[in-house]
Amino acid sequence: MNGIDVIVVGGGHAGCEAAAAAARMGASTLLVTHRRDTIGAMSCNPAIGGLGKGHLVREVDALDGVMGQAIDRAGIQFRVLNRSKGPAVRGPRAQADRALYRAAMQDLLSGQDGLSILEAPVEDLALRDGRCTGIVLADGRIVPAGAVVLTTGTFLRGVIHLGETRTPAGRAGEAPAIGLAETLARLGFDLARLKTGTPPRLDGRTIDWSGLEVQPGDDPPEPFSTLSERITTPQVPCHITYTTAASHALIRANLHRAPLYSGQIEGVGPRYCPSIEDKVVRFADKPRHQIFLEPEGLDDDTVYPNGISTSLPAAVQDAMVRAIPGLEHARILRHGYAIEYDHVDPRELTPGLETRRLPGLFLAGQINGTTGYEEAAAQGVMAGINAARRCLDRADADGPFVLDRADAYIGVLIDDLISRGAPEPYRMFTARAEYRLRLRADNADQRLTPLGQAAGCVGPRRRAAFARKTAEMAAARDLMATLTLTPNQAAQHGLAVNRDGVVRTAFDLLRQPAVTLDRLAAIWPALNGLSAAAAEQVEIEARYAGYLDRQEADIRAFRREEALHLPADLDFGAIGSLSTEVRDVLTRVRPATLGAAGRLPGVTPAALVALLRHVRRGADRASA
Amino acid sequence: MAQAQGGAEAAAVHAGAAATVVAPASAAGRAGVAVVRVSGPAAGAAVDTLAPPRPPPRQAVLRRIGPPGDPIDRGLVLWFPAPASFTGEDLVEFQVHGGRAVVDGLVDALVALPGLRPAEPGEFSRRAFLNGKLDLTEVEAVADMVAAETAAQRRQALRQLGGALRRQYDGWRARLVRCLAHVEADLDFPDEDLPAGIIAAVAPELAGMRQEIARHLDDGGAAERLRAGVAVAILGPPNAGKSSLLNRLARRDAAIVSHLAGTTRDVIEVHLDLDGVPVAVWDTAGLRAGGDAIEAEGVRRSRARAAEADLRLVVLDGARWPEVPEAVADMIDATALVVWNKADLRPATPGGPPAAEPVWISALTGAGLDMLERALSERVAALAGVAGGLAPTRARHRTALEDTRAALDRALAAPAPELAAEDLRLAARALGRITGRVDVEDLLDVVFRDFCIGK
Repeated sequence: MNGIDVIVVGGGHAGCEAAAAAARMGASTLLVTHRRDTIGAMSCNPAIGGLGKGHLVREVDALDGVMGQAIDRAGIQFRVLNRSKGPAVRGPRAQADRALYRAAMQDLLSGQDGLSILEAPVEDLALRDGRCTGIVLADGRIVPAGAVVLTTGTFLRGVIHLGETRTPAGRAGEAPAIGLAETLARLGFDLARLKTGTPPRLDGRTIDWSGLEVQPGDDPPEPFSTLSERITTPQVPCHITYTTAASHALIRANLHRAPLYSGQIEGVGPRYCPSIEDKVVRFADKPRHQIFLEPEGLDDDTVYPNGISTSLPAAVQDAMVRAIPGLEHARILRHGYAIEYDHVDPRELTPGLETRRLPGLFLAGQINGTTGYEEAAAQGVMAGINAARRCLDRADADGPFVLDRADAYIGVLIDDLISRGAPEPYRMFTARAEYRLRLRADNADQRLTPLGQAAGCVGPRRRAAFARKTAEMAAARDLMATLTLTPNQAAQHGLAVNRDGVVRTAFDLLRQPAVTLDRLAAIWPALNGLSAAAAEQVEIEARYAGYLDRQEADIRAFRREEALHLPADLDFGAIGSLSTEVRDVLTRVRPATLGAAGRLPGVTPAALVALLRHVRRGADRASA
Repeated sequence: MAQAQGGAEAAAVHAGAAATVVAPASAAGRAGVAVVRVSGPAAGAAVDTLAPPRPPPRQAVLRRIGPPGDPIDRGLVLWFPAPASFTGEDLVEFQVHGGRAVVDGLVDALVALPGLRPAEPGEFSRRAFLNGKLDLTEVEAVADMVAAETAAQRRQALRQLGGALRRQYDGWRARLVRCLAHVEADLDFPDEDLPAGIIAAVAPELAGMRQEIARHLDDGGAAERLRAGVAVAILGPPNAGKSSLLNRLARRDAAIVSHLAGTTRDVIEVHLDLDGVPVAVWDTAGLRAGGDAIEAEGVRRSRARAAEADLRLVVLDGARWPEVPEAVADMIDATALVVWNKADLRPATPGGPPAAEPVWISALTGAGLDMLERALSERVAALAGVAGGLAPTRARHRTALEDTRAALDRALAAPAPELAAEDLRLAARALGRITGRVDVEDLLDVVFRDFCIGK
């Protein structure tokens, strides 16, 4: 195993993207995992995407990542959420066949040049001169490398809670990673406990489907990846049922046995993914809670009842489930559980996801306090790119590859993590993005593929596809700008415009809410020749035009502050007029730019001015 | 924009040269004691030079003050080393006798020292703000305190420091955060079995808030007037006794008074304190048709002043009662306060005694002046909104609130929910310029408190 550039530890969603990205960058890459056959496993719900999350998948895809392609092969129900609302808040989502997803991911990785896979437990990190120089396997072998990406998910000192029983585990049936957690603690990394949960799995053959609400997928299904022409996997519906007063009563009667309420769990769980016991307590007057019955696969009768995550004792889970319509005779295949695990405070990281404490070591995924496959994948692709850059000596010359908050949800995610940490498991919401109208799922490729190409993480197939779409878009925009109508002509076509003598382009006309592209195509048949993707883009750009122009002005102001870099060795203690609180925050996070400093909680405008003046004085002295 | 980090030089947007600044901290004019403040790194050295030795921190000591061998005065010296001072910088206060010569002499001596310069208006407050000693609202309130000449102004500044306005604005902020959070929840959690019609439900709340902000803004500029003073123009025909009235009001000879018509050719201004409200009274040239070129110009200026004034005080010649000269008639309407002067010369009236309104006075004897001052006070108080509730006191607040209102208007008219959310975000940002930034965590707190989210 000589000449390895990048080692990725972990074969989950962050690990797969990190390994694939590092290899695409041209780094010789090794993915090390406990078990080869769990690569690409979905340990929680069998679905990918949603609001914010679907955006992230499209962005990973735009950087030539693998998640979008895998779900397009494995998806068995595709739905674009929020179709009734505007394009900026539409999020693609798909139910996955777990086995197909794993197979697709393993297939994509095995087809990646420069990437090899090793099945072995990782016990420790190899260190030299304050840098991470490789890994130590459980059998004592040392594997040297230029950079290491840790993507250990919930495996760091993982403990599963099921009722009163506690089992050390990284995932049901898999051993936790104790050695690595101890290494990180020994190195002084700030570790904290988080918690997440999962519902019981049901045997679909024991569910009475007849009375349940049916939720069909979109027809035709819309793929995630711009490389996927269409979805060919057979599609199935989901079903919806609801909890009942009887199930709530059962939960209330057994709260003292729930690890969450008995004090057995100390980790912080997410507010947005509460267990059913949490829901019943916190929203006591809500008569019922929705449950999506999600199929786990085409050839798999397992059903994932999304909405009743729980760690109540097994017998209580049995009784609770049977109090739910359609589940009266349902058999539980595996009981729900809560899992507690260590995560590293992501404020330890640089914008390139490298640890400041141990250069050469990168962290991505749940280890950084996030939750969700998509959030993990997004960090994975960035960590993989930056780990490769470090080995290929590009990091020193160009610095890390960073996307900012106006580039991508990925930028929002990483900036939030490294500046605010993860006081609860971090999940993406579109509410987190300041420039939501710009950061859409439909234009992820136009936003990011050129940046990915410049960074070197985009392969030839996507390059070609992107060039094709770019040309189509340019042609569509040109066409929209050359087709014109006078007010009189518009009136003849039944379009209401002011009789102001102003000649309007097709694009101008499309800006009116009542005018659709179909309507214009009736006037100008040439518009029927636009590709579907180009037509959609043009329509969205017109719809949002005024708002996007305004947002562009905001983005310019935002980037002015982002361009004010703070020296990496800045001594915040030397700035006299900062409060202790502000100084502590700045010292801990070490913001890379003035803009990043301004987003930190507690940093006041006065503190920013002081910071600026201090840096300015330093610059004056240096130039004097 | 993929940016390379590190290595890039820190750009500067703020030339924050740390000069030491000097200014009298008490009002100009003759007073018993004047305070001269010095703030900045050279403040300590200034004490060492002009009033050695440097006293212990925060203790008043009596010193001879002035350049070596050329004392200006004896007074108190207070030394506040950074950061425990009003500005957060090294600061020294000289309390000297309040004569103009003393104050000017001390300021000149200070400014002559290396590194010291006169402070710009508001610079002490601004420095305090930059050093984290004050938030913006407080800075403005302090600036008003410094400028406060009258009791009512000081009360308003205090109310602001105490946070009455803040509470009002914070209330709007909380409601806006809630509305925006609900809209964001509707956008972000389409699969979560949320109550139907969330966005429709926040619309009335937003519309109500918009009305409240509009009403708050629409005080007719009362708070601004309380700060800057209510402008009252005394208007009337020549020789009606306008200048005599002004002198009565000012209780000194501010305007040249003569019995020759057309003496006051320009505008004379006198500042009064009417029940705590600052008032600028403008005496104007008499209004009449004809006259020479100079007087015509005076008339033109009088009319311009009348248009600018918050209140027109029209003085008519009681000797000619009830005749109103044509050149004055258009100045009289329901908003004007009409006074008949020369009550002592009033002709015998066949129709009985004149009514209580209009006001009758005699600028010569002082008769009726109490009644006039009462009437004037009432009008002025109403114009300054002293009787009413809170109003935006600063142009900056007004702008932020106007932006908020405009964004709410757009949000209420938006064609799609995500576009409404966009304008609500801008509304929150505008209001946040007064109350502090609305963070996404503020929104998420509401979302997860109000809705059961989580599949």
